[in-house]
Amino acid sequence: MTDATLHTAHAAGEIQADPEFGDFFALLKPRVMSLVVFTAFAGLLVAPVALHPFVGFCAILFIAVGAGGSGALNMWWDADIDAVMSRTKKRPVPSGRVTAGDALALGLALSGFSVVLLALATNLLAGALLAFTIFFYAVIYSMWLKRATPQNIVIGGAAGAFPPMIGWVAATGSVSIEAVLMFGVIFMWTPPHFWALALFLKDDYHIAEVPMLTVTHGRKTTRLQILIYTVLLAPVALALAFTPVGGPIYLAAALGMNLWFLWGAVAIFRRSEEVAQADNYKVEKAVFKCSLYYLFVLFGALIADAAFGLQGQVLGMLS
Amino acid sequence: MSQFREDHPLHVRRGPRNSAVAACLVGLIVIVFGLTYVKITSGGSLEGFDHAVRPGLAEQGTVKTDG
Repeated sequence: MTDATLHTAHAAGEIQADPEFGDFFALLKPRVMSLVVFTAFAGLLVAPVALHPFVGFCAILFIAVGAGGSGALNMWWDADIDAVMSRTKKRPVPSGRVTAGDALALGLALSGFSVVLLALATNLLAGALLAFTIFFYAVIYSMWLKRATPQNIVIGGAAGAFPPMIGWVAATGSVSIEAVLMFGVIFMWTPPHFWALALFLKDDYHIAEVPMLTVTHGRKTTRLQILIYTVLLAPVALALAFTPVGGPIYLAAALGMNLWFLWGAVAIFRRSEEVAQADNYKVEKAVFKCSLYYLFVLFGALIADAAFGLQGQVLGMLS
Repeated sequence: MSQFREDHPLHVRRGPRNSAVAACLVGLIVIVFGLTYVKITSGGSLEGFDHAVRPGLAEQGTVKTDG
């Protein structure tokens, strides 16, 4: 048996053994779901309208299930790419533990279920936004942009940016500047986060023929783009401090984390590929890790300001 | 003599998965029941299709909103 026959068997969806419940859970991308849960929770908690705690819990749960459904649809569609990338080849579909058809069925079922229940539990706009997010991630990003343009991450990042806005809308029933800025923070954060990853996952995207910026424009351009987007991210993140949901904790966190992220982006920009290879992409890996902390700290600070009743104090000092 | 037959290996193998699915379904029932209870006890009966509270449907002083 050759590698080719192995690959063909998996591509055809041949099951090696009975899939476990954990295999289906892995289709939902639990690590992405944790970020979705956290940011949606922040959006819901900092909103000026309080939801009943049980309704709030259900809203977060349905947003997470919707994100999981879109993750399963992504794994169904991208099984061919996942099979050749070292980071993703152990996922349930390319490894043959779950058939592509089962991933599709689970994704569609969870997507429909989550949208309907979120709309019933909170309001129609929240349900519609969740439906659009799932459509954006599964169709616009996975099926179209990812294989078509090096801007895939930039535009596709919108899908990951919607959860705090959905949380906000679930509570208030409308979109406002705070929700747009929370969306903006994640939207602007996504490109430098993924491009830092792409820099040290050297050949994965190249082998999979995904037009990542590192593949189409080279690593030097990618380093410059990381710096540009990190610079653009800073004012968006700081602007949120000057809205009714911002407080001193958020302002301090935004200042500190943006300085840290900017310092890392500058360090990445100033490095040559030879230097990066020599120390096994030490700085790129550090900046990628920093970018993960960035979102958790910023949204954690928003929650802290709300919990301690400090919301709007930065805005109050200006007026 | 026992009337119970030994479980088929397939059922034994799929036991944990079926139990987890059953737990999810029970969770769904609890969520729907809980949501129904919360909606009814916090003015849900006054809502229309768009979830907007209609004070005109209630007697003076009885309208409650979520939260």
